[in-house]
Amino acid sequence: MAVTERTVLQFSPTLTAKVHPLVIFNICDCYVRRPDQTERVIGTLLGSVLPDGTVDIRNSYAVPHSEFSEQVALDIDYHHNMLISQQKVNPKEVIVGWYSTGLGVTGSSVLIHDFYSGEVPNPIHLTVDTGFSNGEGTVKAYVSSNLSLSHGEQQQAGGRQAGDRQLPLAAQFQEIPLDLRMVEAERVGFDILKTTMTDKLPTDLEGMEASMERLLALIDDVYKYVDSVDEGRVAPDNNVGRFLWDAVESLPKLSPAVFDKLVNDSLQDNMLLLYLSSITRTQLTLAEKLNTAAQVL
Amino acid sequence: MAANTMVRSFLQVAATEEVAPPLRVVQIEGLVILKIIKHCKEFAPALVTGQLLGLDVGSVLEVTNCFPFPIREEDEEIEADGANYQLEMMRCLREVNVDNNTVGWYQSTLLGSFQTVELIETFMNYQENIRRCVCIIYDPLKSNQGVLALKALKLSDSFMELYRSNNFTGEKLREKNLSWVDIFEEIPIKVSNSALISAFMTELEADTPVIQCDYDRLQLSTSPFLERNMEFLIECMDDLSMEQQKFQYYYRNVSRQQAQQQAWLQKRRTENMGRKAAGEELLPEEDPSNPIFKPLPEPSRLDSFLITNQISNYCNQINGVAGQSFSRLYLTKALHEN
Repeated sequence: MAVTERTVLQFSPTLTAKVHPLVIFNICDCYVRRPDQTERVIGTLLGSVLPDGTVDIRNSYAVPHSEFSEQVALDIDYHHNMLISQQKVNPKEVIVGWYSTGLGVTGSSVLIHDFYSGEVPNPIHLTVDTGFSNGEGTVKAYVSSNLSLSHGEQQQAGGRQAGDRQLPLAAQFQEIPLDLRMVEAERVGFDILKTTMTDKLPTDLEGMEASMERLLALIDDVYKYVDSVDEGRVAPDNNVGRFLWDAVESLPKLSPAVFDKLVNDSLQDNMLLLYLSSITRTQLTLAEKLNTAAQVL
Repeated sequence: MAANTMVRSFLQVAATEEVAPPLRVVQIEGLVILKIIKHCKEFAPALVTGQLLGLDVGSVLEVTNCFPFPIREEDEEIEADGANYQLEMMRCLREVNVDNNTVGWYQSTLLGSFQTVELIETFMNYQENIRRCVCIIYDPLKSNQGVLALKALKLSDSFMELYRSNNFTGEKLREKNLSWVDIFEEIPIKVSNSALISAFMTELEADTPVIQCDYDRLQLSTSPFLERNMEFLIECMDDLSMEQQKFQYYYRNVSRQQAQQQAWLQKRRTENMGRKAAGEELLPEEDPSNPIFKPLPEPSRLDSFLITNQISNYCNQINGVAGQSFSRLYLTKALHEN
């Protein structure tokens, strides 16, 4: 999908998109549950445009469709019904585009894109390669623009990308940057989302332990790096050095006495709370025992 | 032939289902977890609910999808609208081959203050239609501490029986040997993902060594969370003492009534003694029309049970968070010394 310099200039405000992990999950689930003999699933993307112009894709739903060689029939009734239902829950989420599984843009995509262009100006087209056709799960986002015939050169470029020269008006799909950082997924923990089966959710302390282990590993890495630079085995990197310095700098400068007091105070606060909650629990158990004893008498 | 075996296997399934093995595990798809979290977070601090869809397989309840409910409003017309919404959503989801079998509902909560009479009522409603249902509770506030605060709950069978007869007197509870611990049963949660999702997540996982939940966990300021927790705990204590007062009042009344009854009986007996001596007909020793013989209604223990549950819940949370902050503080100390 080479995009020539000239075509990039066409889009003065470059759009970027951000994908909520739920969308990927939903698309994968729909793909797994797709009807027999269908190659791909397509559906609507919901979300909003953030103040900085980023398109935030937060939700999605699949729309049944049928495809015969060059023709695509989308269940528009279904699409509208589902949209009404979704908007009842969250009116702030509007259509921002559509998705399709598979790698890249195909000829029939243009037709569907036309339909969504009627729903929302400048829809985003998200493709999720559920087939892992080039060995990796590629997730890409595109916007499209219709090219008029007068721009002969660009039309050719566009026509090639749309993969279909027979269309009267060529459409050009341009890939836009896609933010796939998944803060929400990180909060849940990749350990849970990555494996096919997790037997038990981590408790407070187990999670803490894992985090601490990671932190210790990081500190160890830093030590090793600093030592090896110190001994001249690794070429020093000023950037890394600055980052390290920033990290050390971010520790507040406190005299040991003050720091000890701070830590001890917080420790004591916590102890107090712990004591209170334990005593409450003891009381509850005691009350329970007394209650049953009183009732037996 | 194949159809025949199919039929038999279905029959077998039906036959085994009649025995209904106890629900042991709730198996949730990662998709459902993300959906619940998204819905609950977006509307926090408002409390929201949604429906869980899935399959009931032996002792495992698989939750494979869910959809949110719009925020409920008091209006009756809108309530009917809500029912329509639910049907419409189920129909739509069925069309894209999603399991459209209701297995329960989810709801968000504020610091685990979910043990209410409403929850029990909802549960009973669901239970009427589906034999096996579960309620998933998500706590957005607690999740900000870097914990995945998901819980799967169901009402215990003995409690449901008791609730149906709506009889929460001390005697009944003793008979059933039911205490506040036995109202809710927590069911262990398993998380499953399809192989496709697993592949995608592995692909998309950022290779940074530190992820968001680590930051959340190592956050040093837990005091707002603990403070809120304590506030709720104190409120609950007040409620509990109110309940206790109710009971004391009841017992005082009961003993006063018993004293009155005794006095009345004594009077009647002496009167009867006199009548006997005079050869008159004896008066009955019981008088149902007398108001002092009317049994006093015993206050329901349900509320105090629920409050006790809440309190123990808060205590557990405080313990958990305090434990976490201990380790954090020691960590900070060690780091600082280094």
